Amino acid sequence: MATTKIPSSMDPLLDAAADAAPAGMETVMMPVGVPGYTLRQEPRTVPTTEPPVLPINADLNFIGKSPERWDGHAKVSGQARYTADIQLPGMLYAKFVDANVPHARVVSVDTSAAEKVPGVKGVFVIQNLQGSAKLLNPSLDASKYPIVRYAGQPIAAVAATNPQIAEDAAKLVKIQYEAMPFVVEMEQARQASAPMVFPGPANQGGTAGGGGGAADVPQTGNIHGPSMHTRGDVEQGFKDADVVVESHYTTQVQVHNALESHGVVADWKPDLLTVWASTQGTASVREGLAGFFNLPKSQVRVITEFMGGGFGAKFGPGNPGVVAAALSKQTGAPVRLMLDRKEEQLSVGNRPSSDQTLRIGAKKDGTLTAIHLVSYGTAGCGTGAGCAGPATNMYEYAALRTEENDVFTNAGPGTAFRAPGHPQGAFALEQTIDELAEKLNMDPLDLRDKIDRNSARRVERQVIRESAIWKSRNATPNADRGHIKRGVGVAQGVWYRNISMDSAAEVRVHQDGSVEVLSAVQDIGSGIKTVMAQIVSEQFGMPPQQVSVKIGDTNYPVGPNSGGSVTTASLTPAVRDAAWQAAQKFLASAATALGTTADDLVLSKGEVSSKSGKFQPVSFRRAAAKMNTGEVSAQARRIPDYAKSKYETYGGVDVAEIEVDMEIGLIRVKRILAAHDCGRPMNPTQTISQINGGVIQGLSYALYENRLLDPNYGLMVNPNLDRYQIAGSREVPQIDVQLIQSYIGQSSTDASGIGEPGGIIATPAAIGNAFYNATGIRIRSLPMTPALVLTALGNTQQTKETA
Amino acid sequence: MNQFVLVDCTTVDGALSQLNDGSVVKAAGVDLLDRMKNGTTTPSRLVNIRNISALRGIHPSPQGVTIGALTTLAEISEHPLLTSQYTILSDACGSAATPHIRNMATLGGNLLQQLQCWYFRSEEYQCLRKGKDLCFAFAGLNQYHAIMDYGTCPSVAPSSSAVALLGLNASVELTSAKRGKRTVAIKDLYVHPDANPTKFNVLEPDELLTAVTIPRPAAGTRSAYQKYGEKQSNDWAIADAGVVLEMDGNVCRKAAIVMGAASPVVRHSPEAEAVLAGKPITEETARAAGKAAMQGGPLQTAMQGAQPLSMNAYKVQLFPVAIYRTILLAAGQMGRDPSAAG
Repeated sequence: MATTKIPSSMDPLLDAAADAAPAGMETVMMPVGVPGYTLRQEPRTVPTTEPPVLPINADLNFIGKSPERWDGHAKVSGQARYTADIQLPGMLYAKFVDANVPHARVVSVDTSAAEKVPGVKGVFVIQNLQGSAKLLNPSLDASKYPIVRYAGQPIAAVAATNPQIAEDAAKLVKIQYEAMPFVVEMEQARQASAPMVFPGPANQGGTAGGGGGAADVPQTGNIHGPSMHTRGDVEQGFKDADVVVESHYTTQVQVHNALESHGVVADWKPDLLTVWASTQGTASVREGLAGFFNLPKSQVRVITEFMGGGFGAKFGPGNPGVVAAALSKQTGAPVRLMLDRKEEQLSVGNRPSSDQTLRIGAKKDGTLTAIHLVSYGTAGCGTGAGCAGPATNMYEYAALRTEENDVFTNAGPGTAFRAPGHPQGAFALEQTIDELAEKLNMDPLDLRDKIDRNSARRVERQVIRESAIWKSRNATPNADRGHIKRGVGVAQGVWYRNISMDSAAEVRVHQDGSVEVLSAVQDIGSGIKTVMAQIVSEQFGMPPQQVSVKIGDTNYPVGPNSGGSVTTASLTPAVRDAAWQAAQKFLASAATALGTTADDLVLSKGEVSSKSGKFQPVSFRRAAAKMNTGEVSAQARRIPDYAKSKYETYGGVDVAEIEVDMEIGLIRVKRILAAHDCGRPMNPTQTISQINGGVIQGLSYALYENRLLDPNYGLMVNPNLDRYQIAGSREVPQIDVQLIQSYIGQSSTDASGIGEPGGIIATPAAIGNAFYNATGIRIRSLPMTPALVLTALGNTQQTKETA
Repeated sequence: MNQFVLVDCTTVDGALSQLNDGSVVKAAGVDLLDRMKNGTTTPSRLVNIRNISALRGIHPSPQGVTIGALTTLAEISEHPLLTSQYTILSDACGSAATPHIRNMATLGGNLLQQLQCWYFRSEEYQCLRKGKDLCFAFAGLNQYHAIMDYGTCPSVAPSSSAVALLGLNASVELTSAKRGKRTVAIKDLYVHPDANPTKFNVLEPDELLTAVTIPRPAAGTRSAYQKYGEKQSNDWAIADAGVVLEMDGNVCRKAAIVMGAASPVVRHSPEAEAVLAGKPITEETARAAGKAAMQGGPLQTAMQGAQPLSMNAYKVQLFPVAIYRTILLAAGQMGRDPSAAG
């Protein structure tokens, strides 16, 4: 990290006495700020039951270090059991029957031929569809079966003794459709004459992962909106402006495409429904199934030992969970239902498109006087295409108006996808800020310093400013001659501190010196298991690999659903509190046998010692053997953040270096430098790994990914990983992450999240700004394929824009 | 995927005796298994020829080289004789798909893979090439489709090795149990959709493609192949070029310029070849050849020159670039293009 000091605003409370703490509370001093830049101590009033304040990472033994992934060996050796690896006696295999038309009334579903196939044990026809927007007045549909609103919508499912039979039998389910007019292109859907996707107002709420759209908005034709937000006087703001920039941007639909598809194994027994699920939220699956089948939560158990990735689309049971459980109930046998790649692309969510008109006014010194965003976007037959987050939350401004509109189309419903709305919004906002900087004759980083006072972002920009990659940037666009032009561009992203209070953990200490930590939380790949082990290690002084971590099971204390970057921020304080409390109980339990009292004992670095020197320090294991009981345990749940008024956003600043082949229209990303903050990094390697993933997914979104629907038939033409383009090995550039330790003094671990702020938001916009720097031309659409780039460069005239 | 009978063969004769009605030959299965999974091919019997060791190997002779049909793309891309004297072929095989797939995929399978048109590869679309009336690409999404000589079906030739082998004047050996062996030039291997929309090549149902024979290149021959995609790893060509130059010093005696992703069947560009014949290779002549390729006269249809569809005009710009850069690469005047895929 660079060492330039930024003057910190020394908190006048620093030396304030802490006499005023209410009963049960005490005032402690906590590290706040960025080491090397702004680190200081600030007072926080916390419950007296909280563990001692954790020093910064440099002063710790396990937290803030990067031990190997706790389950790394199990994953790379194939021992890790994912949902599709679950084999139960008598288990059946289910296969969906999916609609192959984009809009239709289902007249009849004839399952008789399928039921006659030897090996078929059950056929289930869906009556209650999950995932899509719901009509406020359901009677408008007046249909026995759910109206088909997108090709790929599940209609029924077949369960059989092997997958082959299920697949063959699924083809024998005869569905009679009454076709309805459809529209899959947003531009067409916005027209007054367009076929109506819904016959009346319809809403889609978010999931535990966020997403979803506004409910209390007008709906005209297929346009659900606008959802209006106003701060200040926008008209006056534009009058006050010396410079106004207005631009129009469009972005495509991106599909999550986690490596592991959605899937469950459901085992319905009279007193317990057990479900193994590839989910980001064991709690959300339990809640959804208990609600759907009217079961007490105590009779639903959800297990996620390992899962192969989730970017926001894996919350709640969804259609696969509900249908598998129903088939298990119906057949009396466990049922496995895994989606195939095509279903994965069609029916379980996506990042909505956007069409944004963004207008920003500024004074000569860069001060923003007004921001006005009008956006349209399609989440198919769902809502949640709003993208005003960055415009609303990234910078300071005098006035703001955002008007977000969802446009219904006959396409699969959108859902939360890694920083919902933010990559889209930042793509427009950050290019517009760069345009503004150019008009104001300001350096892009200087302008951002002027309008963004976030202290971590300020440090990140300083890191960028001093980097070799930024120093290599030619401030004059289109400076290179020849057919390869190099460009460097910057953009930043913003995300929020979301905390799930449903975050609890239990720590058990056994007489044999073994320690285990339990929580229902699932590890979606970001590494919470390892972090939990590190926290216990810090308390008990044993290596993380010796800590037994048990998660992904609703039999354990409740864990957060992993969406909105909540997991590490929410759960780790509960784990630390439980570890601390268990340690106190352990000392009390061993004190008598050690010939002293609990308050004379200290547990530090794996040794128990006597403050008064009653005995030579003994190892933790030997002390545990002296416990007066076989096991002590403590369960702790998340307590509220210490000082919510001191919240700032999380985020990062990314710089992209690209080369544009002007004749081929190919953009090659050479390097990304990403400077990001996320509170206290609990495990820097895992944190950087998430940022790497966000950067790769961001550049993949910017350059390649695109769900393509045929306008004439409403079917996706690329529902596979052959034609749905995702960055491969040659597309991944050198990625350098500068992790900013940004202490905020909010909890006993002071951890935050990184899944959303890292990479996906800022990288696409940084590539857009780099393209302008390389060529002198703004590219305002995604993905930036050769066809689009050549058109932008004016070399090619398309009669129809690339979808 | 449908249920099928798998017949595993270890000799050519054994495999030929198994080619009954409804049988489909499986080599590596790279293309076939994709089609079986997406439901567009539903064979009742698979005749697995993968384990016929006699069909694997690279055999140089004074007349040229013969390559067994089951030789993998990886083996071809790394073979010293091929990389030095048949560079266009090692380039083409080395830039297909991914390293993993190239370790599995065979030359015969690459030549005989079916169309990559996404309408053709969807079981929901019953198109011209499946014996129905309609092509969905003209009015649909056609950014990856043909710009030349397409007539009724604008799918593009998917095989990169076919581009190389056409440039090298190669031929294939087809073997049947009843009629023995016959030799078919690569230029005659493929059937244009206007001639017969449901017959993709001249193989009869009882025939196996057993070998590829390439004549020895004339003295002074230099060659190269490059393909371009939206991505550089694991993508299909949006433009590609195979170039074979017979050189006298810096003067080109004779050139072969071949394109794959421009039209339904791999094609020479006589116009581009004419530009180079008898001239020194320079950036200027190379660019002129690339430009001429887009003016190309009809080979299979009545279509004159490039006639892009609604979404693929960009390909008319890409091909001349692919061609000029590959000419310069073949001539040793330019390095391998860092923008090329593979």
